[in-house]
Order: sequence, then structure tokens, then C-alpha cells
Amino acid sequence: MAGTLIMGVGERSGKQRVRVGVDVGGTFTDIVLQTESGTLHSSKVLTTYHAPEQGVVYSIEQVSRTSGVELGDVNQVIHGTTLATNALIERRGAKTALVTTAGFRDVIETRTESRFEQYDLNIVLPDPLIARRDRFVISERLNARGEVLIDFDDDAARAVIERIGVAGYESVAVGFLHSYRNGMHERRFRSLLKKELSGVAVSISSEVSPQMREYERFNTVCANAYVQPLMASYLLRLRDQLKGIGVGCPLYLIHSGGGLMSVETAAEFPVRLIESGPAGGAIFAADLAARYGLDRVLSYDMGGTTAKIALIEDYVPRTAKVFEVDRRSRFKKGSGMPISIPVIEMIEIGAGGGSIVQVDSLGQIRVGPHSSGSDPGPAAYARGGDDATVTDANLLLGRLHPDTFGAKDILLNPQLAGEAIAAGVGGPLGLDNAAAAVGIVEVVDENMTNAARVHAVEGGRDLSGFSMIAFGGGAPLHASRLIDKLGLDELIVPSGAGVGSAIGFLRAPFSYEAIRSFYTTTADFDYLGANALLAELTAEAESFVRVGLADDRAHEASSVEPAISVERQVSMRYAGQGWEIPVSLDEGEFDEFAAELLAAKFTKSYLEFFGRAIDQLNIEAVSWAVRVSSVEEPAALVELSRIGNRVAPEQTRQMYDPTSSGSVEAGLFPRSRLKPADLVVGPALIFEPQTTTVLGAQHACVVQSDGSLLIRRVQVPR
Amino acid sequence: MNTSARQTTDLHNQVMWNRLIAVVEEQAATLVRTAFSTSVREAGDLSAGIFDVHGRMIAQAVTGTPGHVNTMAAAVRHFINDIGPERIYEGDVYITNDPWKGTGHLHDITVATPVFYNSAHVGFFASTAHVVDIGGRGYGPEAREVYEEGIRIPILKWAERGKLNRDLVAVISQNVREPDQVVGDIFGLAACNETGRRRLCAMFDEFGLKDLERLAEFVFARTRKATLDALRSVPPGTYHNKMTVDGYDHTLTLSVRVTVTANGMHADFSGTSPLSKFGVNVPLTYAEAYFTYGMLVALAPELPNNFASLEPFTVSAPPGVILNAKHPNPVAVRHVIGHFVTDLCLGAIASALPERIPAEGSGALWNFQASARSADPQNLKPPVELLMFNSGGGGARPHLDGLTATAFPSGVRTMSVEATEQVGPIIIWRKEIRGDSGGVGRQRGGLGQVIEVGPTDGYLFEFSAMFDRVENPARGRQGGQPGAPGAVYLDDGTPFPTKGKETVPAERRLILELPGGGGFGDPSQRDPAATENDLLQGYVSAANRSG
Repeated sequence: MAGTLIMGVGERSGKQRVRVGVDVGGTFTDIVLQTESGTLHSSKVLTTYHAPEQGVVYSIEQVSRTSGVELGDVNQVIHGTTLATNALIERRGAKTALVTTAGFRDVIETRTESRFEQYDLNIVLPDPLIARRDRFVISERLNARGEVLIDFDDDAARAVIERIGVAGYESVAVGFLHSYRNGMHERRFRSLLKKELSGVAVSISSEVSPQMREYERFNTVCANAYVQPLMASYLLRLRDQLKGIGVGCPLYLIHSGGGLMSVETAAEFPVRLIESGPAGGAIFAADLAARYGLDRVLSYDMGGTTAKIALIEDYVPRTAKVFEVDRRSRFKKGSGMPISIPVIEMIEIGAGGGSIVQVDSLGQIRVGPHSSGSDPGPAAYARGGDDATVTDANLLLGRLHPDTFGAKDILLNPQLAGEAIAAGVGGPLGLDNAAAAVGIVEVVDENMTNAARVHAVEGGRDLSGFSMIAFGGGAPLHASRLIDKLGLDELIVPSGAGVGSAIGFLRAPFSYEAIRSFYTTTADFDYLGANALLAELTAEAESFVRVGLADDRAHEASSVEPAISVERQVSMRYAGQGWEIPVSLDEGEFDEFAAELLAAKFTKSYLEFFGRAIDQLNIEAVSWAVRVSSVEEPAALVELSRIGNRVAPEQTRQMYDPTSSGSVEAGLFPRSRLKPADLVVGPALIFEPQTTTVLGAQHACVVQSDGSLLIRRVQVPR
Repeated sequence: MNTSARQTTDLHNQVMWNRLIAVVEEQAATLVRTAFSTSVREAGDLSAGIFDVHGRMIAQAVTGTPGHVNTMAAAVRHFINDIGPERIYEGDVYITNDPWKGTGHLHDITVATPVFYNSAHVGFFASTAHVVDIGGRGYGPEAREVYEEGIRIPILKWAERGKLNRDLVAVISQNVREPDQVVGDIFGLAACNETGRRRLCAMFDEFGLKDLERLAEFVFARTRKATLDALRSVPPGTYHNKMTVDGYDHTLTLSVRVTVTANGMHADFSGTSPLSKFGVNVPLTYAEAYFTYGMLVALAPELPNNFASLEPFTVSAPPGVILNAKHPNPVAVRHVIGHFVTDLCLGAIASALPERIPAEGSGALWNFQASARSADPQNLKPPVELLMFNSGGGGARPHLDGLTATAFPSGVRTMSVEATEQVGPIIIWRKEIRGDSGGVGRQRGGLGQVIEVGPTDGYLFEFSAMFDRVENPARGRQGGQPGAPGAVYLDDGTPFPTKGKETVPAERRLILELPGGGGFGDPSQRDPAATENDLLQGYVSAANRSG
């Protein structure tokens, strides 16, 4: 796809640095270049799967040509990628061994001892990342306070190291019980291994993920070790090749928590790159939320395979300390691999343009989770796919059209779409194609709506009062219907929606979140321990951020000391509960009276979450986190305008409208010709190269000064 | 209505049905977030559902334990009867923990909330959760009558017209050991019903509904047809099975006769051993839940639970058998025997479905339940209650090996060793796969696990043992061999009783070898590659290789 100029989105006052964001996804490599004036130029090329750095280099050269910016003038390249995720999912990592405490060889295999699907006798649990024969044990043991119960046995360790050498393992994961409290034995093993075997990569759990709960921590260190050789090699190749074409500026990586980190850190902790692409999308939405002053935003990103929903409050995406990658079964909780690292919290469901539609034994329409992907793609793509998909339904309903579908290399074929829907849905249900297509779209919209609601309630939130920001190729087609179903008042479809993640990369601060488990209670508060731990976490996080900033500053010969912010948080719960809620800490150290203050803070947060607190129960503090980030220049506030001058369409087309329960005449508007303050009244379709925005009969849209579309309901749907 | 209009209405109904399921999932998620009870959050020992005005369940959240499948489904009709339809007001909240009207023991509290829309009564939300304490002797099998097991709350109004029944709150608070948590959980149940109520009213606004009647009929008609279609895979007739398990005070025979007709399946438990003196007895409603779960998981796993999917399944049992406990029989730990009902009933229809029914599994959980007490009476330390859920191996499936160390039919999750050691004076020295414990067969039974555990910091354990399948291992099917039986002993080799209250002295370790699942099919037909892998991974030792 050729380079595209994106209106408005990047503009900040004054001269900007030239920055490039690159998102290497499974199908496409998206690139965005921000010029000195703040203008954004974007491009989308196919990912060069076997040597992804080539696609990156090619796309940077391409966007340099279209923008007229010299490669040597680029100040910063920011990169996010699904490569680490894909290596895990496709099991393409290194030959890896796990070394663990004697008695705990099978922690990653016995998982939670439960079935993620209650109603399936033939359930297959995912294979552990590292097979049992590749798991070795060592005699050693710490207790929950980090004290030694069984000494580390050097001779036994050397014997294991010898076996590791003989068997030719490329990478070793080390995970010992309670190492989040005391990493001494893990470090001891690493130093012995380094001494005996050169060229073998080693990851230790007390560094990769110092969080309590062995199943999650061991999995995380295994995942890190497994992808580490591959990712380190890729990152170094990428850096060299960029230098080779004259891009000598620093290269940074986006991490799953939504901040920047150095290539060196990424090469050491590649597990932190997992979900970096979707994290970029959430930062994109958070940055827009800040620009518009929207303090409660639901970020909705829909692509070809999945839809991702994240909540953004006070311009910050919610974060979590653990997530699951590679959910094998219908994105079901528990069917994947838990990874305990700081991550932007989102829910991902199998609802995309390519999601395949089927009819189940109840005669009900089911959408996803399988996707036709980009190859063969929906039936309408005429590339050999014959499964009915969401895109095919949107085509039959008049929301997509061959004349206005952006991708130039794809000619949509309504006849093929119709045949696929007739065969897959219409026939089995005795419906005509129009009714079948209506059903498909209603079901996928309901799936997304329900996922959003449950995600909100799991975070203790009610969605009323939230605004939606929709991006990704599929979201603007469905978003106006979703706000109706969710009862939200307004929706923004920003410029550059098709490359949102890559734009998000440019908005990310340098940041690092250090997390460690440390158990104490308000009844018996170890304030000295807590102070020491917080100081350690702050130093650790700050050093990562300072290194990144120093590097960046050196390149620009700037003498200004950049500002950083430090946020400290503790996760607490009532004794006996299984869920912790985050409590933000004030500045300063704890003293002997701190327990009471902490209890009061917890009670207040608990009330906010659940509307009811409980007296006289002991409160436990479980894990502690410090996030250090560079302070970015705040985005200039864009006043959202809700009134405009109505523009008439030059053309119209028949489109199905769910609230009218029938076909309506929709105005057609090329987005490139809309100007700020234009008012488009639905039913209407606003099309652009990477997506189409649907307005129902009860929606109206005002074009904002930065080119965003603000869509609101003008009358309450029945 | 013409065909096309009817189809459009059907689509509309389908969307609303999905919405109802989402509403009850949200109701359940609200409850999990706030629950104090370990078994609610770790085992999903809760349920949530929506009912029509007649008390027929329209949708139920998919949660961890099948034990509530149709126990709660039946409960709402008891609420309607006992409260009286004329006394149902807007703003009411009802409560009970009656084992025979609720879910089988006093520890489960069920709360039902009537829903009104534009002042008309349109349905109910109900939810159930296992609470941390209910008074009496505390959780265990030691009581001889249900009176000793805790406070029994008849069907009462927790709130009337929005006004809380403070007398009832006071009575409950005074009769349980952890009043804040128990009353907290009851408020949590009421709150999750309230979440459901608000969502339902919003849905009525959105879809222009006035009541649930037509939607309920649509759901029931669709489900009834699909359920009866699914039942047709079992030829009409009568199917028998018997299973011997260790029991608590004596060996038990569980016996079932499953009768299949065009209209449903009926399980009769005649021939089952008599009641126990201890609280391992099972109310029939609980046995029914595990029978129905077994049939649905085998025949119609994709069907959502509702009145019509449960209606074709009925049970009966003569008085006095352990699967038909009546008031005032003690029933506190009814799951220990109740969980075997699923394998018992699956075994009955196995001859009709040779390609679908797995071999027997380890069945009942091997929960580690202990009070840590000071070992030195001169140096008193506060007691600490400890609880860990542990699972043995599952039965081999006709085309797949059994699941290793995985609960079935329960949906329990185990707890983290590190988190457990944070809570109390316990060291778990070992928790790993028990090689050679799966029954051999064309498909191997799931492996059990070995757990080595002891007190620390000057404590000892007062230990409540309830371990089954020590005398009677899980049987194989179609030539598959039985799984290994369980074993319990101290680290010096002293055998340790598998039932009753026992002490693990300070500085000693208790070793639990959890049973494996039965094998499926002729062992000589096992795929050589699978045998090879078993040896390579150490699932099977060379001495025990099959084929």
C-alpha cells in the first residue's frame, strides 16, 4: 500500500523531532513517520516473515521517500512487534531447559489442575512450553520469608550443567521456589552455568518476573528463555541494518506495559515484548483521550482476526500484572500460558472482519473464533475462501462496497460473499441472504458488547459515562452500533485509525515498571521491609529509564535534564480474599503509624470498586510496584466540537440499518473531502483507504479540527 | 406470521438469549470479585441465573462446579412456594441455605431477587455461594445430625420492599464464626442479583420488552428439541452400573439404573449402600446435579443450561440410601461421595456410547484440610486454618489419554504453593507428577501426583483426612487397566489413616500419593510413539511399559 498522509493527528506545538514508529504484525508491517512539523506519513507493507528486519528497512526507505525526510535525519525509531508472541504460539523458539527446585519439576505441566472448559470430555490441555524430559531439578529450598531451608548444592548443580552441555541446550530457564523474595540461589546457578558453559543463554525468574505464584513465574521465565536467542539475534540484525541504510539514531522497543525500553533490555527480557502491538493501540487511544480531555474511554480495536477492548481512565490504560498468551480454545480463560509481567489490560475475543460464521446444533449463528485471516481471506476477496465471514455480511448489507473499499489490490465480490453466506448460514436456517447477514452482524456486535461489559465488571467498572475510541480496519464499521448497545453517548474515529498502534508507539514515554511480591499485613505491618523494597524497586526502574533517556539525549546533544515521574502502588486485599485491588501510595517513607493510613486508603479504594467495605478484617499487602516514566510534554487540548454545518452527500447507497430494521438510503462521504466542522447526518458511510465508518439512522458526526470524527446519537434508539 | 418474519423474530430472540447469558455471566463475575470464600474464588463454587416468574431457569452462568447445575435451578420454585406469590414485592430479597431446597449443604447460601419492570413482576435472579463458615462443628464430616452442622436458614426475606431484615442479619451474625465475611458474602449475593436486575431492565428498554414470557418459551423450545435430539444417541432401554468406593466409615456400593426413553433419562439409585453416620451423605438433589452434569457433558456439551435442558433428567432413590439423605441426616461434605455419581452414571451408558465415555477417574478431590496448632503447649501460637485442593488423574478417553492431576467432575483449581506457604506454617516439600499411576491401556489413564507436606515454625497439624480410592482404584474400560490406588503415609513409612481426624507431628512430613485414572482399550494397541514418549518423559518407567 502506498504512503498515506494522515491529517492532524501528530501535531504538537513547536519543532518536533523526526520519529518513526514501526509495528511488525503477523500480516502487515505498519510504519508511521512524524516530521519536524508534526505531520504523520504512514505506510503498510506485508511482513517479511523469515527476515522481518527486511520489511522494516524497506518500509522505512519507502516512507522516507514519500515524506521527503532523509534517513539520516531520523532522530528515533520505536519498534513494537508480535514476533516474540508468534514464536511462542508457533513453538519456534530455542532448545530450552528448565532448572527448578527438587519436588517441583512439573509445576508448568500440572498448571492449575483444572479444566478451562467444564463441558468437554475431550478437552486437550496445552503442552507445557518445556517438556518434562527437559526439566531438571536441584536440591535447594527457601521458605516464604526467603530464608534457606536447604542449602544450594554446588555439586548437584554442576552435574545438571554437565547434562545441559552434553544435550546441547541453547537456552536455560531457572525458576526456584520463593526466588521473588531471594534470588540468591538462582544467581548462584547462573554464575556456575556461565563458568562451565559459554554461549548458552540463561534467564532467571527472580529477574524476569519476581512475582509470587510459581506457576505463572516459572512459565514466564521459560517463555523468556525460549524466545531469547531468537529475539536477541533479530534485534541486533535490525539495528545493524538500520545503521547500514544510514539510520544511526537510537532504536527503542515498546514493551507490553506500554512504555519504551532499550534494545539491550529487550534482548535480555524479550518476554516483555509480548503484546507490544496491542499496547501501542491502547497508548494511541490514551493519547487521544488526553487530547480531548475524555477521562473515561473504552478503546476498541478490531482487525481481521480479533477485537481488543481496553479501558482508559484519566488518560492512562489500566494495567495488570499477569495475562495469558496463546489461548488455544476460543480465547477461553485458562486455555493459554500465563505470563506475569506488567501489561496493559485488555480483553481479546475472536471477532474480526475475517471471523468465520457457522450455525450450531441449536440453530444459532456463531461467529469466530476461527478466522480466514488474510489468506485466503473472506469469500468476497475471491482468493479461494469459501467460508462466510463478517466482512461478507458487511458487504451484503451495503456497508462495504467494491467501489469504496480501500485496499486497491482487493476487489470485493458480492456474488461470492452471497454464495458463502447462503451455504453457511442462509441455507441451514432457511433465511434469505439479507436476513442471514443481519443475523451475523447482530451476533458479532453482541459478542463484542458482552465482552466489553464483562471486562468492565471484572475491573469493578460500570461503562456508563465512557466514550469510545474506535480504530483498526474493522472497528469503525461496527462502533456506532456498539455505543448504542452499550449505552455510550459518543464515539471518536480518529485519523490514522488503520495504523493506530504504530502512531501509539510515538506517544509512549520511557517507562519501566518493577514489580515484586512482598507479603505483610496491616495488623503486623513490616514498614521497614516495605520501605527497603520500594527503594530497591524505584532504583531498578529508574536506572532503566535513565539509561534510555541518557542514550536518547546523547544523540541529540541536549543538556536539559529530562523530568521523570515515579508512581508507587501496592496490591491489597482483605485476608481471605483472592483478588487484590491496587492502592496508590503517597510520596515518602512509611513510619510505624503507616499501617493505619494504608488500611484507610485500601478501604477507600475497596468502596470505590464494590460500593461496600468490611469492618475489622485484617488487610494483606501482596505485591508492590514502582513505575518510573519520563514526563512527556502534554498534548495540546483539542476542544471537541459538537455542532457543525450539515453537508449533503453527492451519492447515496442502500444500506441495512439495525434500528430501522430495514434498508435505508445512506449518504456516501469520502473522508478525504470532509473538512473540520462538517456535520454528517446518518444514515451515512464515510470511507477512506483503510476503513469505512458507518453512521446509523440515529447518528450524526461532526468532523473535528484534527480530522477525527465525533459521532453521537441524535435520538434515543427504541 | 410468514416464514421470513418468523425467521427474523428468531434471530431477534437469539440475540436476546445471548444477551441473557451475558447478563448472568456478569452477575457471576460480580460475585467472584467480592467473595471471601476460598472455594468460591478457587473452585468457582458458585452459581448465578435468571428465572421466569414461574421459577423456570432461562439462563445460567457457566461456573466451576456442576454441583449447582440444577440444585439452584430447582430452588427458585421453592422460594415462590414458601414466600407465596402474593407476598412478592418490588425491592424484596430472599434467602435460604436449606440443604434440601438449595444445593445440598448448609454452607451454600442461595439468594433470590424478584425483578420488576414498570411495576410488573417479570422474573427472578438467583445466586449461590459457598460461605467460609456456617457455625456448628465447623466444616467436616463429624456431625451426626444436620443440627450440629450449623445454622439452618429457612426461606425468609433478607429484605422486604428494599428494607433490610436486621433481625435476620443479627441471628446469622451471632451463629457463625466469621460474621463479617459471611454477612459480607450474603450482601455480595444480593449485589450480584442487583447487577443482573439493572442489566435486565436496560435490556427491556433497548429491545422494547414487557416481559420474559415469549423469550423464555423460545429458549425452552429450542433447547428442549436440541436436548431430546442429543438423547437419541443413546438407544432406549435400561442401563446398569455399580461402583465400589472406599466410603468414610465403611466401603460403599453405588448403584444406578438409567432408563432412557424418547422423552428423557431417569436414574434410579436403588441398590446403593445405606446412609453413613457421618456428614458424607448426599441429598438427592445433589446426586441429581452430578447425574445431569454427566449426561449433558457426554451427550450435549454445547447446550446452555436452562429449565428445558435439565427437565428431561430425573432421579429417584429409595429412602435410607446414601444418595438420598433426608432431614436431619448430616450432609456437610456431601461432595466426597457425590462427585462419584458422574462416573457412576457415565459408566452405565458406556456400553451404548463406546466411543464417547471415558474410563473412571480419581473422582473425589484429595483436599488437604488442616488446623496448624502449637506443637509446644507451653508456647501457644495462634492456630491457622489451611486448605489446599489437589486432584488425581482423570480416566482415559476413547481417543485421548486421561488428564494428569486434573479435577473431574469438579472444576476446582489448585492453589499456588508459594501463596499457601505465605498464609501459614506449612512447607510443601514436593508436589509433582506420580509416574506409573495411570491405568495402562490403548489410551493411558491420567497420572496422579505425589505431595509431601509438613508443619513448620513449631506447629503441628490437626488433620482432617477424607481420601478415597485407596482401597478401590478407578477402573479401566474396554480392556484398559485400573489406575493406581492412592496411598497415605508419614515420611518414615508409617501408614496414615485415610479418614478422620489425625495429627501430623512437628518436623514430620505427610506423603500423599494421589490415585491415577483408569486406562481405556487394549494396552497392546497403544501407539508405539505414545509408549516411547511416556518413557522419555518419565510418565511410565521402563519396568511398567505396556505393549
